[in-house]
Amino acid sequence: MNPSIFRKSLLVCCFALFLAFSGAGLQPAEAKTTVKVGYIGPLTGGNSSIGLGARNAAELAIMERNKNPGGEYAFELVSLDDECKPNIGVQSATKMAADKSIFGAVTHYCSAVALGTVDVYHRFGLPVIIYGAVHPDITYAHNYPEVLRIIGTLINQNQVASKFMLSQGYKRFAVIHDTTDYGKSHKEFFTKYITEGGAKVLAEFGVTADQQDFTVELTKIKSLNPEVIWFAGLYPQGVRIRAQMEKLGINAQFQGVSGLKSDAFITGIGPELAEGCLSFLEGSPLEKLPKGEEFMKAYTARDFKNAPDAMAPFSYVAMSQIMDAVEKVGPDRKKIAQTLRAIKGEDTLIGKVSYDDHGQNSEPYVSKYVVQDGKWLVWEDSEYASGKRNLKK
Amino acid sequence: MDLLLQYCINGLMLGMMYALVAVGFTLFFGVLDVIVFSHGDTVMIGSFAGLATYWWLHAFYPALALGWVALLVLMAAAVTVAFLGVIVADTMIVPLRKGPALNTLLATMMLGTVLRESIRLFFPDGSNPQTFPALLPGWSWSSGNLTLRFDNLVLFCGGVLIIFLIHMIINRTRLGMAIRAVAQDEEAARIMGVNYRFVVLATFALGSVVAAFAGVMNGLYYSEINFGVGLLLGAIGFSSAVIGGLGNIYGAILGGFIFALLQTLGAVAVPFASAYKDVFAFGAVIVLMAWRPTGLIAELSSQRV
Repeated sequence: MNPSIFRKSLLVCCFALFLAFSGAGLQPAEAKTTVKVGYIGPLTGGNSSIGLGARNAAELAIMERNKNPGGEYAFELVSLDDECKPNIGVQSATKMAADKSIFGAVTHYCSAVALGTVDVYHRFGLPVIIYGAVHPDITYAHNYPEVLRIIGTLINQNQVASKFMLSQGYKRFAVIHDTTDYGKSHKEFFTKYITEGGAKVLAEFGVTADQQDFTVELTKIKSLNPEVIWFAGLYPQGVRIRAQMEKLGINAQFQGVSGLKSDAFITGIGPELAEGCLSFLEGSPLEKLPKGEEFMKAYTARDFKNAPDAMAPFSYVAMSQIMDAVEKVGPDRKKIAQTLRAIKGEDTLIGKVSYDDHGQNSEPYVSKYVVQDGKWLVWEDSEYASGKRNLKK
Repeated sequence: MDLLLQYCINGLMLGMMYALVAVGFTLFFGVLDVIVFSHGDTVMIGSFAGLATYWWLHAFYPALALGWVALLVLMAAAVTVAFLGVIVADTMIVPLRKGPALNTLLATMMLGTVLRESIRLFFPDGSNPQTFPALLPGWSWSSGNLTLRFDNLVLFCGGVLIIFLIHMIINRTRLGMAIRAVAQDEEAARIMGVNYRFVVLATFALGSVVAAFAGVMNGLYYSEINFGVGLLLGAIGFSSAVIGGLGNIYGAILGGFIFALLQTLGAVAVPFASAYKDVFAFGAVIVLMAWRPTGLIAELSSQRV
């Protein structure tokens, strides 16, 4: 080795050592390095109750972690609002992803927002776990190593829904869907799975999102005499369709998708007409989760202003996974993304979690709901499941 | 056959609702040469006023017979909306009349948004759909694909009665004569001693009462009301009035039924998806306008209103 280079490198080493020691000397020995992690979701607007619940859950995960004396890092939450609007979401995502001091984030409840922001995360290389948006393209339209999703897709939802309906012996379906991406992709997968299962789709109707009168579609449907009228869209139209079914004397089972499961559906139509209507939703209610009670206790102990909701446990688990990854490989976005992708069969609050080759959790949870006496009940707890009451045939 | 009959019944009910909305548009245009774009939302206010009255009656007089409740709901809706119509006319439309017509158009459009958002924000749980109570007996008779409902029959007959009453008011009363006079020539009417302001306000009250009936009918027919219903209803009512011939009451009624027919045809007969039925119906309106720019029953100034 050339002596001058040797001398230089020795000097550099000494300098580095000096820096390291002086740094350590400035802080108490047990202090942790602070790492920032992010949250983006709807904190204002019509979906804010879901967004705030999930934000609180992420915060809870961080508080618990920081209280724990083990581990090298302390975590700090940066939370931004997407208002459930794609344009705002992309702004927030860009702001967060461009901040190099943030090493991972838990993001988005609304599919329309997530569809727009995944490209941003990819461009800046920020690892994110999507906790609440269900459109399949968010994970399956590309293969960005940074993008993961802990909640199931609406593909899973429709697999569960169609399997359930087939197991109840239904064979003849009439399909109404709204013409948004949400309604259309639901229709695509539901019709695919039930026809594969041997059932028949008698008719398909696309309807616009502000349509008031469904009598024409329903009259046509009535003449085909289906066992089930399946509607893919949101509850305001669900109310109209169910009410007009009654007016036309159609006695078929009414089944909706996740967009129907709102208490406003029952108040809008009245408990009598809502009785026995079906819906399917990703995630389980808290009390059904294996460690749900413990989570609920910790959550209420923290005095958050908003209640958790169906999405809070997902956000909690996603945030914990990001922090685990930081502890494992240090604050390095690329390595964190790789570590997250490698998670297989991890036991969590929401059950087992495994990410597939698109970063999608392949062990999804979908709950079946039925209206009984003016309330949405999990199917297994209802009198319909125990045989006391019967769905319409 | 029974299927065809059912489509006809659905179409007639829809047509009656559109016709009642269109009559308002045409009345206002006939008398004042203004297009009141908030009229669709006036209909929505009518249904919410009816619902609020029902809640009030239900809370304080739970034993009241359903027939009386229905009558009171209808009257309360009519009075509320007529009052609203008079205020709007007196404070917005008459003062703006001297300015360009565009101002009235814009102002009423904004007013529609204000009404809509007020219900959404201030009515209890207003952003969600509300159940409208069934105030009429739910008797029905079914055969095959056909279901005839008693309440539909009552609503349809009510609509016919309202149209007949308007016809009588316009053609057989002194007020009607004054309305016709103002419609034909405002200045001459004033010179002849017609109380102009009173006639305008009375016209707005009349058009609004019809809208209130349409609103309550809408609620009873669909059993559900929501704050957003006025937007599309307004667009449809206006189109109906235009195809019929703006300014002519019988044209507006005809236009309403034609629009309902087009929508039903669009959903039944057009082989591709029913999602395009509004595209089909509004497209047909454009074609009709190109063919008869003054409407099907062209307005003659001597036959105005």
